[in-house]
Amino acid sequence: MSVLETTDFRKQVVEEVLELYPEKAKKNRRKHITVKENNECSSCAVKSNAKTVPGLMTARGCAYAGAKGVVWGPVKDVTHISHGPVGCGFYSWANRRNLAEGEIGVDNFVPFLFTTDFQESDIIYGGDKKLEKVIEEVVELFPNTKGVSVLSECPVGLIGDDIESVARRMTEKLKLPVIPVRCEGFRGISQSLGHHIANDAIRDHLIGKGPKRDVGPYDVGIIGDYNIGGDAWASKKILEEMGLNVVNIWTGDSTVEMLQNGHLVKLNLIHCYRSMNYMARHMEETYGTPWLEFNFFGPTKIRESVLKIAAMFDDVIMEKAHAVLEKYEAEMQKVIEIYRPRLEGKKVMLYVGGLRPRHVVGAYEDLGMEVIGTGYEFAHGEDYDKTMANIKDGTLIYDDVTAYELEEFVNKLKPDLVGSGIKEKYVFEKMGLPFRQMHSWDYSGPYHGYQGFPIFARDMDMAINSPTWKSIKAPWAK
Amino acid sequence: MRQIAIYGKGGIGKSTTTQNTVVALAEMGRKVTVVGCDPKADSTRLILNSKAQTTVMDLARERGTVEDLELEDVLVEGFLGIRCSESGGPEPGVGCAGRGVITAINFLEENGAYTSDTDYVFYDVLGDVVCGGFAMPIRENKAKEIYIVTSGEMMAMYAANNISKGILKYALTGTVRLGGLICNSRVVDKEQELIEALAKALNTQMIHFMPRDNEVQRAEVRKQTVIQYNPSHPQADQYRELARKIENNTELTIPTPLSMDELEALMMEFGIMEM
Repeated sequence: MSVLETTDFRKQVVEEVLELYPEKAKKNRRKHITVKENNECSSCAVKSNAKTVPGLMTARGCAYAGAKGVVWGPVKDVTHISHGPVGCGFYSWANRRNLAEGEIGVDNFVPFLFTTDFQESDIIYGGDKKLEKVIEEVVELFPNTKGVSVLSECPVGLIGDDIESVARRMTEKLKLPVIPVRCEGFRGISQSLGHHIANDAIRDHLIGKGPKRDVGPYDVGIIGDYNIGGDAWASKKILEEMGLNVVNIWTGDSTVEMLQNGHLVKLNLIHCYRSMNYMARHMEETYGTPWLEFNFFGPTKIRESVLKIAAMFDDVIMEKAHAVLEKYEAEMQKVIEIYRPRLEGKKVMLYVGGLRPRHVVGAYEDLGMEVIGTGYEFAHGEDYDKTMANIKDGTLIYDDVTAYELEEFVNKLKPDLVGSGIKEKYVFEKMGLPFRQMHSWDYSGPYHGYQGFPIFARDMDMAINSPTWKSIKAPWAK
Repeated sequence: MRQIAIYGKGGIGKSTTTQNTVVALAEMGRKVTVVGCDPKADSTRLILNSKAQTTVMDLARERGTVEDLELEDVLVEGFLGIRCSESGGPEPGVGCAGRGVITAINFLEENGAYTSDTDYVFYDVLGDVVCGGFAMPIRENKAKEIYIVTSGEMMAMYAANNISKGILKYALTGTVRLGGLICNSRVVDKEQELIEALAKALNTQMIHFMPRDNEVQRAEVRKQTVIQYNPSHPQADQYRELARKIENNTELTIPTPLSMDELEALMMEFGIMEM
């Protein structure tokens, strides 16, 4: 099929899939789905960051998920208190692969769950006193904790507990930053507001308030890398070999001091724009710290990003950057030689979160694969603007795609691989389709950098070329 | 068993009216239970002749959970065998008093507070219907009969109209009905006519016009109802009359709340508001 025919076919698929909906839902959902054509930025055609219509099955999370699960959870030397009934804390416990180095319980509290475990009487009489007690107990049990975050669950907002005043009191009493985060799940329309609220808490309670440090000429920070499967470490390795000094990572494997000193660098490198652009902008506006978005997925994008980053520094860095490219690209070429023949022409459909629906496209293309459909759970307009530049004409774009739509799109577009999350995984595997979790890397990783690309290539090959799939037939592949 | 809820603007005299009326019903030989649904816990002191009793929620907090309570800890007999309970709840500005009301009423029901020989259960509810918790007494299978205490003062009438909206919501989905307005006089001009007109507009009746009398205050400072303090006083007869009217009341209706414009027009008609 020509690009034009493909585009027409996919547009027709969209209409067929939407046909099942009642008129109002159809009208609503049509605005969230488009097919890229004529190489134009058609993001204006993709409506995003809008409320999910009840009845449509969404994969979205809530503000608490965004604040606790994404932004705050990975900060390793802070004890994080899920404030409210036990469920939110329990079910968000240890299910994100944000790796952290350190002695558990000494300088790494990532694997722990702390909760105020609200009971009936805490709702009726308010939970402030209990929160105060829990904070004191946590700090007594783990005296090395460098701070305490208080992550509000829904009831706290409903009954109007004053966690800010508790935090103020405790900060003074314990001589530790106690950070109130008003991320009640009912706020906003997706986890996206939770990211913003979490950013605001860093702005209001930490940034610029720590022990200062002198800024070296090559000091950089990584913003919005949560170190899934060790990704941040892989990125750090490249930057350090370029001669840069990675002093902060937000928030994968990070510390309170890194958050306090985030602005004390020459350049901030932002990985997940969606979840942390607020703080990158704040540091630029308030402290004049510049920032740059980069992409370390696959050798092509790594090359672009390495050169772009080096251009912000002097010739010494630029020279080293070229040396890094030379050293690793030969290695990456070998990886491509192994896997490309096995993966050439394979089609992929993605549905992920903050940045991967566009950032991983280059890595697939390095392996000769084609991304034919992609979409975000909670993106805003600018994310789709950035996406359009990374995808080919004829690519299907779906925002906050429903379970039904994604299943039908996959049925009709017949990709060779689907990349999404745990909620989607078994649906597609039961349909006889290779699947990779692109939130968590399926217990694998890292996928970033030169360390990650061989693993990424191996994992995609392992999924697609597994002999398992020859033993079952997809229902439509009769 | 009739379950009756008393609503009205804060400070209008709900608790005083309820307790005096309940005593009159008990005097008629009826078996009555009073449940105070207000964190202030002042719905039973005139019957118990003492300061606020131990409330359901306060004791639950002290002991851990509501499951740790025994009914007799929080259901106490007062004057003329009237059984009294207070939901209790947080001090102002903290927590969720509405949830406290829900928890307390569920506890009383589940633990058999309403025995088969009970003729009346009265719920004395805090101020306006501010949230779902305070609507608890008028939800399915609880109070089916509401009386609103009001006066000829504008804000009391606003509140009465607003409460009618809450009743309408539950009347349409359940069996709760409005039994009438009780005018607790504040000696406002044309008060009786005004409240009668308001009652008519709300599709209900003014079941009784309670005159203002200082004997009520004199009894109250002694933590007593008028019937106990001075049974032969004319004000005691007023409460006896209200009790009889409630006992015989068959006019239970679905209210028709007014729009703000209609309510203001009504007040202008009676000269409360100037053009």
